[in-house]
Amino acid sequence: MQFVVKSVTASALFVPLRSIVISVILLMLGLTQVSASPVDTFEFKDERTKIRFQVLSKELRCPKCQNQNLADSNSKIAVDLRKTLYTLLQEGKTDQEIIDFMVYRYGDFVLYRPQLKKQTYVLWFGPIVIFLGFIIGVIWTLRRRGKAKASELSLSSNEQANLDDILNKK
Amino acid sequence: MKKIIRFIPLILFVLLGALLYRGLFLNPQAMPSAMIGKPLPEFALPRLKDDQQVLGRDDLKGEIVLLNVWATWCIQCKYEHPYLLDITADPRITLYGLNFTDERSAALRWLKQYKDPYVFSIFDEQGALGLDIGVFGAPETFVIDHTGIIRKRFAGPINDKVWQKEFLPLIDTIEMEIAQGAS
Repeated sequence: MQFVVKSVTASALFVPLRSIVISVILLMLGLTQVSASPVDTFEFKDERTKIRFQVLSKELRCPKCQNQNLADSNSKIAVDLRKTLYTLLQEGKTDQEIIDFMVYRYGDFVLYRPQLKKQTYVLWFGPIVIFLGFIIGVIWTLRRRGKAKASELSLSSNEQANLDDILNKK
Repeated sequence: MKKIIRFIPLILFVLLGALLYRGLFLNPQAMPSAMIGKPLPEFALPRLKDDQQVLGRDDLKGEIVLLNVWATWCIQCKYEHPYLLDITADPRITLYGLNFTDERSAALRWLKQYKDPYVFSIFDEQGALGLDIGVFGAPETFVIDHTGIIRKRFAGPINDKVWQKEFLPLIDTIEMEIAQGAS
């Protein structure tokens, strides 16, 4: 009788332990993906509109929550703006019209991908300019170094004359 | 030439340092409103206290109009409320309310309980006007000048300090513009 009881406690111990180990491994592998994004129930007129909704709600930033897009945020304003986005899409507005609509009201802040205009030239072209400057700098330094090496190796005319003298004396 | 090149890293460091140092004192929460300099959009919404009466842009009378966005779900609005009662003592401004995505009965109860500082409140249940003027939360306060242009959006609760620092200088400026326009 005692033996049976023992075995029960043993299995009662081991089974959860094993499942814990498995779930820890699964968690480490990232297999149990928990989706925390808020769920809205929108009915789209077609698959294309649905995809456009998903893309736009990822590219538009929630005005209140600094670093979340509309798709991620659960704040009141993000929920409202997702609804607005849905309505605008159902009305058949183009992507550009929707972006203009949002920018008119909330400013450039709502765009995760800033528009190309005078104020954003530095943002868009700065990295390219810095990279080009870096490349030019590297090429310039390498060339200078190459030249310096060449002049170090080759003897000046005076040195050559001296060398010739020494060699000829022998 | 060579001497100048030697100083380039130092110059870059100082420039970067100056940039980052300035960044330390910027407020990342401060959001400029895209609506500043634009006219208040047209709207047609019911009055909070009378759902039969439809209000529009032209009903916001007064030379300097303050439009305060509020809601009963907004905790900071409660904090702000006594200060709103105070600022209505300033004869230069007219204070209107925009009841934003709220329930009518709760909003009416609120006004009864805490006194009503507004000439009237617009009842924006769906947040339509709120969307059109770029409201992203409550409380927010808009300053609209005598020509119907939005001059300022202040996000957050008003108190004495904010009123003196953020609002009074602008009110003085608009007053001066009005005086200049009249003369």
